[in-house]
Amino acid sequence: MSEPTTAAITLNIDGADVTVPSGTTILQAAGGRGCGIPTLCYGDTITPKNACRVCMVEVEGSRVLVPSCSRPVEPGMVVRTRSERVDHSRKMVLEFLGSSVDLSLTDHVDEWNAEYGADPTRYGADAATLADQPVKVDNDLYIRDYAKCILCYQCVDACGEQWQNSFVIEIAGRGFDSRVSTENDVSLPDSACVYCGNCIQVCPTGALMFKSEYDMRSAGTWDEEHQTVVDTICAFCGVGCNLSLHVQDNTIVKVMSPSDSSITHGNLCVKGRFGFQHAQNRP
Amino acid sequence: MVGLATVFGAGGGTSSYAEAEIADVIVMWGSNARNAHPIYFHHVLKAVNAGARLYVVDPRHSETAQFADRWLGLNVGTDIALAHTIAREIISAGLVHRAFIERATVGFDEFAAYVDDWTLERGEAVTGVPADAIRELAHAYATANAAQLCWTLGITEHHNGVDNVLSLCNLALLTGQVGRPGAGLSPLRGQNNVQGGGDMGALPNKLPGFQDIVDDLARAKFEAEWGVEVPAENGWHLTQMFEAMERGDLRSVFVIGENPAQSEADSQHATHLLESLDHLVVLDIYLTKTAQLADVVLPGSASWCESDGTVTNSERRVQRVRKALDPPGEARDDIDILLAVAERLGQRWHYDTHEDIWDELRRLSPMHAGMSWQRLDELGGIQWPCYSDDRIEPSYLHGRLWADDPAERGRLAPFSVVHDEPPVEALDDVYPLRLTTGRRLDSYNTGVQSGGFSSPNRMGETIDVSPEDASLMRITEGELVAISSRRGTIHAPARIDRGLRPGLVFMTMHFPDEVDVNVITIDATDPKAGTAEFKACAVRIDKLPVDIPLAAAGD
Repeated sequence: MSEPTTAAITLNIDGADVTVPSGTTILQAAGGRGCGIPTLCYGDTITPKNACRVCMVEVEGSRVLVPSCSRPVEPGMVVRTRSERVDHSRKMVLEFLGSSVDLSLTDHVDEWNAEYGADPTRYGADAATLADQPVKVDNDLYIRDYAKCILCYQCVDACGEQWQNSFVIEIAGRGFDSRVSTENDVSLPDSACVYCGNCIQVCPTGALMFKSEYDMRSAGTWDEEHQTVVDTICAFCGVGCNLSLHVQDNTIVKVMSPSDSSITHGNLCVKGRFGFQHAQNRP
Repeated sequence: MVGLATVFGAGGGTSSYAEAEIADVIVMWGSNARNAHPIYFHHVLKAVNAGARLYVVDPRHSETAQFADRWLGLNVGTDIALAHTIAREIISAGLVHRAFIERATVGFDEFAAYVDDWTLERGEAVTGVPADAIRELAHAYATANAAQLCWTLGITEHHNGVDNVLSLCNLALLTGQVGRPGAGLSPLRGQNNVQGGGDMGALPNKLPGFQDIVDDLARAKFEAEWGVEVPAENGWHLTQMFEAMERGDLRSVFVIGENPAQSEADSQHATHLLESLDHLVVLDIYLTKTAQLADVVLPGSASWCESDGTVTNSERRVQRVRKALDPPGEARDDIDILLAVAERLGQRWHYDTHEDIWDELRRLSPMHAGMSWQRLDELGGIQWPCYSDDRIEPSYLHGRLWADDPAERGRLAPFSVVHDEPPVEALDDVYPLRLTTGRRLDSYNTGVQSGGFSSPNRMGETIDVSPEDASLMRITEGELVAISSRRGTIHAPARIDRGLRPGLVFMTMHFPDEVDVNVITIDATDPKAGTAEFKACAVRIDKLPVDIPLAAAGD
């Protein structure tokens, strides 16, 4: 089955001409994640949701800034990934998020705050916040710390039609009270959750976390510096899912899956995600 | 593997997972992939969400069936009857792929004559599936641009499992639904390296790379590499080994990473045979029930995280497993153990690294020749066959069957005339219920591995019964009942499952230490593959006598 032929499109990004296949997004054309455009809600296995607005760029002729993660390139497009307007927008996004949720485990936030001059504390101690709610610990496999949730929707989409099709969680509430919730906010054991952990895989802020990681962080023993990541294959059924074992002190502390795997696309089932314990229940 | 090899010459699934996403009709037959192969089912759901039609053939309205456009709830063990009825409908409706049949297959006329009396009416009467559902599946499958036909242990764990597979292959041959992108036959392997074990020659009649052990040329190649003579006769498969133990012809057994004392059907009998051996050696990472019977236990390493090597998955993809942990205590790498055992037996096998062993395989097995570890790393695994270092073959097998040139087309695929046979154990007044077995999402086989983690959804062993039967027998949810077959009696709490039809009951075998289901399963096996009929035995359920508590009685 041949791929539909894609036309090559030339656009200009920050003064340089770039030629990419049609259908490419501005972010991809600029070099993808890590190219310098900050991203928070964007994940490489989930259709962009345009939720966080931190990746906005300026497109000549467009009245408003556009989200680079989802906007497809067009011929002759002139894009500026940095400008006074872009920088100001990113500063505001980082300050609003930083003042209302706990971004302490979100990659790159400190460097972005510095780069864009964002100061989340400038709204003062009275700023509306979600960061003071308790962590939900209702099972032995993973925890939910919605004080860290930026409502990126990735967990909702991973649990829903894009991957797992379990539809256990959705966004409940309106406006500032919007939150990720099970049906009627029941505990996970009372919900339809099957503990695949595919929500943990896509969570960019540490709001969803292995219980093993949460416990070690609480005890002060979580030490990423001294962890290794080894790719191997799940030992259960015959699908052959790719596992990335995070190992500390000869102990598996977390299991992820490579998002570029043609088998898993970063997804696992409960056995692959949490079934590792049998190899280390040691006397 | 035997069925696919008979028809196509290669014992592997013909498609790739990603091809499920471009199929417009997917048939899951005897497969509860939603629970047993969840990440494969993600690929199926991609197709379903994009508009593909999903048909699920299963005695139970399983979690997989909940996603189906149509569920065909057949009577246990009537798979061949259903396949024949579908075939007959495809033929009589004029939906066969005439050009494919003429060019790529043999035996069509005989097959068509054989299935001619499998009318929709007869099919419905035998299988219990409504005629219009059979007709719908037949027409959808035959007219699809690309159809996937997938199966699992619901097809193979029968006394005639190979015939079941052959009857499904017939459907692909009738309609040309094989050898094209998206069109193919996909058996989902139950265990992580079942395919790889076959690839590596862990079959009684094969050398690595599916080369016949009775083929003099193949054997000569291995003899030259290994410097020993390879016996020119087929060995025994597992069931034949147990038969040989029974006869007294097999007195010493080396078990590696298996737990037959609990996983074999009619486990009490299997345990008795293992106990009666002169010498039993078990290499495992646990002191399993089988290991507890052993004269010598060799503590091994967990192959997926304590050793380096490869495994092969259900889409024939060979992938690297890597050592992440040091094995505990005195446990050693399995390969070290095998080398040490070989040395005690007077053989000096020398390999510097595990990769050396793999490279030896690449010299001996043409289908693995192009799979260096470096390439496996770079490409995220490689599907077999891979004959050379500079080429990747198509992701589907048997494209040759569509070739114009007869020489390229090669060996034609035969239709198989197979007889439908009911399960070995018929239902009767004493044992009126059909027990079938399967898996739950969060558990696995005898629970040796999956018992290690705390799953919030794990409910332990139950006997699942239909609401109708529960009501008839006055059984309530959670009530402890006795389940008996001709081989024994076990006790388990009842669970009422609306996915079951009257007469059908279901158990897993995940919790043998609490409820040893294989006490009651039957050890009837397929003579060609040696697979046991775990999917069908006759049982009865009895309420337990109600004990009146003494204190209550005294009041």
